[in-house]
Amino acid sequence: MAQPLVKKDDDHDDEAEYSPFLGIEKGAVLQEARVFNDPQLDPRRCSQVITKLLYLLNQGETFTKIEATEVFFAVTKLFQSRDLGLRRMVYLMIKELSPSSDEVIIVTSSLMKDMNSKTDMYRANAIRVLCRITDGTLLTQIERYLKQAIVDKNPVVASAALVSGIHLLQSNPEIVKRWSNEVQEAMQSRAALVQFHALALLHQIRQNDRLAVSKLVTSLTRGTVRSPLAQCLLIRYTCQVIRESAGNTQTGERPFYDYLESCLRHKAEMVIFEAARAITELNGVTSRELTPAITVLQLFLSSSKPVLRFAAVRTLNKVAMMHPMAVTNCNIDMESLISDQNRSIATLAITTLLKTGNESSVDRLMKQITNFMSDIADEFKIVVVEAIRSLCLKFPLKYRSLMNFLSNILREEGGFEYKKAIVDSIVILIRDIPDAKESGLLHLCEFIEDCEFTYLSTQILHFLGIEGPKTSDPSKYIRYIYNRVHLENATVRASAVSTLAKFGAMVDSLKPRIFVLLRRCLFDSDDEVRDRATLYLNTLGADGAMDETNEDASEFLFGSLDVPLVNLETSLKNYESSDEPFDISSVPREVKVQPLAEKKAPSKKPAGLGAPPSGPTATVDAYEKLLSSIPEFSSFGNLFKSSAPVELTEAETEYAVNVVKHIFDQHVVFQYNCTNTIPEQLLENVTVLVDSSEAEEFAEVASKPLQSLPYDSPGQTFVAFEKPQGVPAVGKFSNILKFIVKEVDTSTGEAEDDGVEDEYRLEDLEVVAADYMQKVGVSNFRNAWENMNPDSERVDEYGLGPRENLSEAVNAVINLLGMQPCEGTEVVPSNSRSHTCLLSGVFIGNVRVLVRLSFGIDGEKEVAMKLAVRSDDESVSDAIHEIVASG
Amino acid sequence: MEKCPSVKSILLLDSEGKRVAVKYYSDDWPTNAAKEAFEKDVFTKTQKTNARTEAEIAMFENNMVVYKFVQDLHFFVTGGEDENELILATVLQGFFDAVGLLLRGNVDKREALENLDLILLCLDEIVDGGIILETDATVIAGKVASHSIDAGAPLSEQTISQALATAREHLTRSLLK
Repeated sequence: MAQPLVKKDDDHDDEAEYSPFLGIEKGAVLQEARVFNDPQLDPRRCSQVITKLLYLLNQGETFTKIEATEVFFAVTKLFQSRDLGLRRMVYLMIKELSPSSDEVIIVTSSLMKDMNSKTDMYRANAIRVLCRITDGTLLTQIERYLKQAIVDKNPVVASAALVSGIHLLQSNPEIVKRWSNEVQEAMQSRAALVQFHALALLHQIRQNDRLAVSKLVTSLTRGTVRSPLAQCLLIRYTCQVIRESAGNTQTGERPFYDYLESCLRHKAEMVIFEAARAITELNGVTSRELTPAITVLQLFLSSSKPVLRFAAVRTLNKVAMMHPMAVTNCNIDMESLISDQNRSIATLAITTLLKTGNESSVDRLMKQITNFMSDIADEFKIVVVEAIRSLCLKFPLKYRSLMNFLSNILREEGGFEYKKAIVDSIVILIRDIPDAKESGLLHLCEFIEDCEFTYLSTQILHFLGIEGPKTSDPSKYIRYIYNRVHLENATVRASAVSTLAKFGAMVDSLKPRIFVLLRRCLFDSDDEVRDRATLYLNTLGADGAMDETNEDASEFLFGSLDVPLVNLETSLKNYESSDEPFDISSVPREVKVQPLAEKKAPSKKPAGLGAPPSGPTATVDAYEKLLSSIPEFSSFGNLFKSSAPVELTEAETEYAVNVVKHIFDQHVVFQYNCTNTIPEQLLENVTVLVDSSEAEEFAEVASKPLQSLPYDSPGQTFVAFEKPQGVPAVGKFSNILKFIVKEVDTSTGEAEDDGVEDEYRLEDLEVVAADYMQKVGVSNFRNAWENMNPDSERVDEYGLGPRENLSEAVNAVINLLGMQPCEGTEVVPSNSRSHTCLLSGVFIGNVRVLVRLSFGIDGEKEVAMKLAVRSDDESVSDAIHEIVASG
Repeated sequence: MEKCPSVKSILLLDSEGKRVAVKYYSDDWPTNAAKEAFEKDVFTKTQKTNARTEAEIAMFENNMVVYKFVQDLHFFVTGGEDENELILATVLQGFFDAVGLLLRGNVDKREALENLDLILLCLDEIVDGGIILETDATVIAGKVASHSIDAGAPLSEQTISQALATAREHLTRSLLK
């Protein structure tokens, strides 16, 4: 226990630190609470003690159950006093103590008396306290009073009852729902906040009844809602109604848009903002609808209030993601915000500008950002770095200035997260923009010369080892790498040795020099470094013994581990004490847990160095590994493409199945990912019976059943088909899931021995032309287009019929062809009448294909399209047209 | 989105980030340790900004924080990331001005602690379980003040006598040291 006599060792002046609670101590205050029991109550003294107790609780002190009960009983005595102030403190105290239900009974009668008191304040507060601590049984007793209170002429009382109603609705909906009439009456109240609370409660009571909500909104948007808060609420409800009615509006005007727009002229800023934000978030908002909202937000940008500026710039930032063109009008105001005192506002302004900027403004923008970067915190810098990365991907031609910017900030001070964000960005740019590779690698090399983060150094070295040897002059990187061997800690030295070995394996001319360097590493002070050097010297054949090891060596250096790490770990653990040498082929290759399901969720952060080929490539890698581990399919050759999973069952059925289509040169493999969602069942010998009668060119050659499918642990079964080589054969397949069901005793988890054969009908599956197209982007479409043989070009025009808007038509064609949109051309500015979209891809047989689509839309929403294809193979150009013509 | 505007917490900290009075209305911070960590975060991230003339705003980890400082007191109102910033700012302004009225313009830590009962009542009148009760400072202060009146005693006398009482208490305590 603290000793009251020891003075706190603060270096502050005692006078300045004076606090009425200095040296306060729980035990002493609990003692003091005895005054509550005095026959002659001293209200002021009691108030002070309660304040002290509340202070203790507020500081995070806790009372034991016994202490709390004692205090609670003592406090209930204070209802005897008629002192208003004290009563208020008693209410607070009871709420803080949140008494148990048997304790609640003690105060119920006192509180009910107060609920019917003539003093408004007593009524209002007693309602709030009682509703806070009460449970359902008591509620029926006080329901009558609450209904009365809702329509009380004193707004404080009415609000107290309504707000309590909102809280009670969570626990006792059936009771609160009976108050509809009273709540509706309260809606008519002249008091602004009563109206707000009544609206909130009324909506919650009716929230599951769409029609009622719609009626409520319809009547209120016409009437006058006085309180700005209620107005904000109404805007939110209106948006809900708009969203839910979205399906059945046929033409033109969006319902309630006029109301939202009129709210933009409201006198309260919070209502204006709520309405503006609501408009920007409307589904498929048109630029005509957006304009008035953008205009008011633009006015807010130059407000003197930081909160207003922040709210506006944050909303515009979001709008810029979908409708960059709509926000460009605000660019001038936005630029002046770069120097805003509030760094959150400045960062949002910058990132918005980066999103809306066009190619010509990049350089100017970068200059402004350079000044700005020096005085913001790391977390903001990371946001900016990410914005710059996406800008660079959007305008690959500008990579030079953006890459320079990144390398400059890389040299400046910064924490790990920030540096990692920069390095990740550079890596992604190197990967996606071939022209940027050499300069990017050099920037990274310079960075590791003076990098304090081991993690980043090793990752960069690894990346260098993969990319460096493929550059025009690999020798220039050697110096940077070898420097690491001299100057760094053991971890970095070891990875530098591995990187050197990779250069040696890939570049024959460098081999002798690499050997010299590796031999020097044999004298390193660290085991791992020496071991690696020895290993690589041997595998690369430094002793001149074997020449044909080359392939093995590069396989060893570059090949990825073909067994799942988890399995390897388990195997190694089992192995630990055995005498036999460890055999890696004994490690099971089958992936136990389906790793691909999670991939569906778009990863928020782009994979960094750890997994250089991020996104789809990584998935393909995983599939490739999975398939090559199955002997039946190992002869099929290289995997050309794997589709995204296609669901074959409705959500929440007994068995969830989706399928991934793997395309090989001569074969197609369907991978059925199955999940058993019934805890009482174990499925065995799971197969899919595929009927390919509607797919003439396909012939089933193999299938791999799934041995057992327990509850909630996904498994895969495969079916393989042969098809004509190199031909984009299409067809429709119907599927039936066959299996043996065994009952499982959920308490023991044991399955019965006997099973019953059963089957389950799945939805049909189609192989379409797009499955034969790999999404491969090009950084400079124009160059690539001009380099293709013009003779291979095929041009034709198509009518796409009536469409909602251009964007829909563009997406439909992109999906049909399964190609990669280039240079951000898949985004159609809203309301534009024409659009050009550039696509690139690789067709089966490794044929490069480029497509130029020109769209136009007329007054009747009829869309016409001109399609120009160039490819390495004229027949493929024709095939693309066939796809479109038949799609 | 169809939710009622809601406040997740109201914090009143001193110039070192220590609690004067705090109130949480959300389960996002289940323990006292989590609350203190959040307060520390909020305090350090806003410490260097100038929020003395106009309310300022910051956002981190899905929390929107609007704040205003006066003397050695830091006022914060926090909400979810989708909350309307201006609504939170209105709540903050209501709290800030109501405290100003209740403390008669002498808004500093010492005064706030000496009148902690008023501050706590004030918090109680602004937000109930996350739902905004009242944002008008004069109404809030009016509700709080009406409670602190001893039957019949005017507000001015009340505070003077209260001040005397605390002074007396302080004196006894220093004598005991």
